[in-house]
Amino acid sequence: MMQLDNLYQEVILDHYKHPENKGLSTTFDAQVHHINPSCGDEITLNISLEGPVVKAISWDGVGCSISQASVSIMSGLMIGKDLSAAQLIFDNFVQLMQSKGSGKPDETILEDAVSLTGVSQYPARIKCALLGWMAFKDASVQAQKKN
Amino acid sequence: MSLDVERIRKDFPIFTRTIRDGKKLIYLDSGATSQKPQVVIDAEIDFYKLHNAAAHRGAHQLAEEATELFEAARETVAAFLGADSQEIVFTKGATESLNLLAYAFTNAEPGSRFAIGPEHTIVVSEMEHHANLIPWQQLAKRSGAALKWFSVTPDGRLDESNIDSLITEKTKIVAITQQSNVLGTIVNLDQIIKKAHAVGAVVIVDACQSVPHVAVNARKLGADFLTFSGHKALGPTGVGVLWGSYELLNELPPFLFGGSMIENVTMTDATWAQAPKKFEAGVPNMAQVVGLGAALKYLQNIGMDAIHKHEEELTSYLLTELGKIEGIAIVGPLDSSMRGGIVSFTVEGIHPHDLGQYLDSLGIAVRTGHHCAWPLTRALGVPATTRASMYLYNDFSDLDALVGGVKDAKKYFGQ
Repeated sequence: MMQLDNLYQEVILDHYKHPENKGLSTTFDAQVHHINPSCGDEITLNISLEGPVVKAISWDGVGCSISQASVSIMSGLMIGKDLSAAQLIFDNFVQLMQSKGSGKPDETILEDAVSLTGVSQYPARIKCALLGWMAFKDASVQAQKKN
Repeated sequence: MSLDVERIRKDFPIFTRTIRDGKKLIYLDSGATSQKPQVVIDAEIDFYKLHNAAAHRGAHQLAEEATELFEAARETVAAFLGADSQEIVFTKGATESLNLLAYAFTNAEPGSRFAIGPEHTIVVSEMEHHANLIPWQQLAKRSGAALKWFSVTPDGRLDESNIDSLITEKTKIVAITQQSNVLGTIVNLDQIIKKAHAVGAVVIVDACQSVPHVAVNARKLGADFLTFSGHKALGPTGVGVLWGSYELLNELPPFLFGGSMIENVTMTDATWAQAPKKFEAGVPNMAQVVGLGAALKYLQNIGMDAIHKHEEELTSYLLTELGKIEGIAIVGPLDSSMRGGIVSFTVEGIHPHDLGQYLDSLGIAVRTGHHCAWPLTRALGVPATTRASMYLYNDFSDLDALVGGVKDAKKYFGQ
């Protein structure tokens, strides 16, 4: 069961059972709805900016532990960051997911998101991990256009 | 066991490999695609090694041999379906067959039997695979016809209670599955076909999940068109079959235009060959067609009735054993009558993707998700399910492994 434990780290299962920032806010600068058409996972994500800073992220969704934990971790990481720092984290994470298991995650940048490193060994699950992150990217671009 | 599974497995080379660090392969995803016996692999290899040439083209010996093998496969398919070989159209899969039909309706001359417009309706069901929904949904949009559908009862059967208001004088097409790829439900089509024909509608049957598993006689069934994919019936990918009654096939306009489907061509016009050639433009997937012929012969040697009985035994056992696990909900009929070898289920607190991943770590292959029937899973109120689908090479030990795996997954994910 060693290899599977790589994928389902305790941090992931914790976030899955006790997600952060879940429950949609009533106000937001942008709201997006992303779907993973191959499996049916869905997420709605709200973002509020204050100048260049991510002031709030809230979300709701249905999906597997990887997709739900990943959006929970992402929201915790991004809130309070300015958009250029958020972009760096985003790029780092996407690169890690595409590393086919060979990526060396930078814990100072990715923090809890390093727990998702094992996902990169399972090609079918990478899109699960990226669902919430792509929603964040989309929402932040839309919110910037609006502000 | 009505089949000697141990002996059958020896015919399938894939069962000699292992999964995830040396684990035995437990393949329960035949509803997605079936594994291939050596005779099918050999038939494809032999075609390429010994007989490769463009069928129905060329005057040389290889072209003759390729043509003979290709047409012999057509006869095998015809015999398998209780049909005439002229009624067998080779496509690249059931998806193409259904799109072929939908576009042929679009191409029909005004006033012909197939002409469709805003005054018509198309009837499908909520349990259709996307391949037998979207072509009709989009034909409805193109033509202005109204799309109507049969619902599904809470226990996963087709709700035929409103058949008289669904199938009316306006109905042009009734497109329906013979067996649900999610629920396992076998649909009794007799009443629907009778009603559809009484109002002059064309009946199209998606037999992807039935033809590989149970004896289907296309003529006796009484539908107008029927399709299945080769790769779900032990055959290669890239080949499917469209059966149509010869009269209708000859009336139906073509969909794909090109080589070999013509009678005569000038710079400004063309006329069509007789069916089935009219629907087989371009050099066909010859090796795959020949492989499909070998697959159906293999199935016939074992016997479709024996295969069906075997799958009934497995299904009944799996329904019982899964039902004993706390937190399991079977999505589909709970009794094994009028039910094929597909069992979809959910486990409380474990998302199907996570369950599928866990089972994979034990060497067990299942399908997870909405199974290309998103409207159905939505109607049933489940975002996704885990699906085990069985075939002639599965036995009780495979199902014991699955049931054990589900129990272990519950522990692993803390449920």
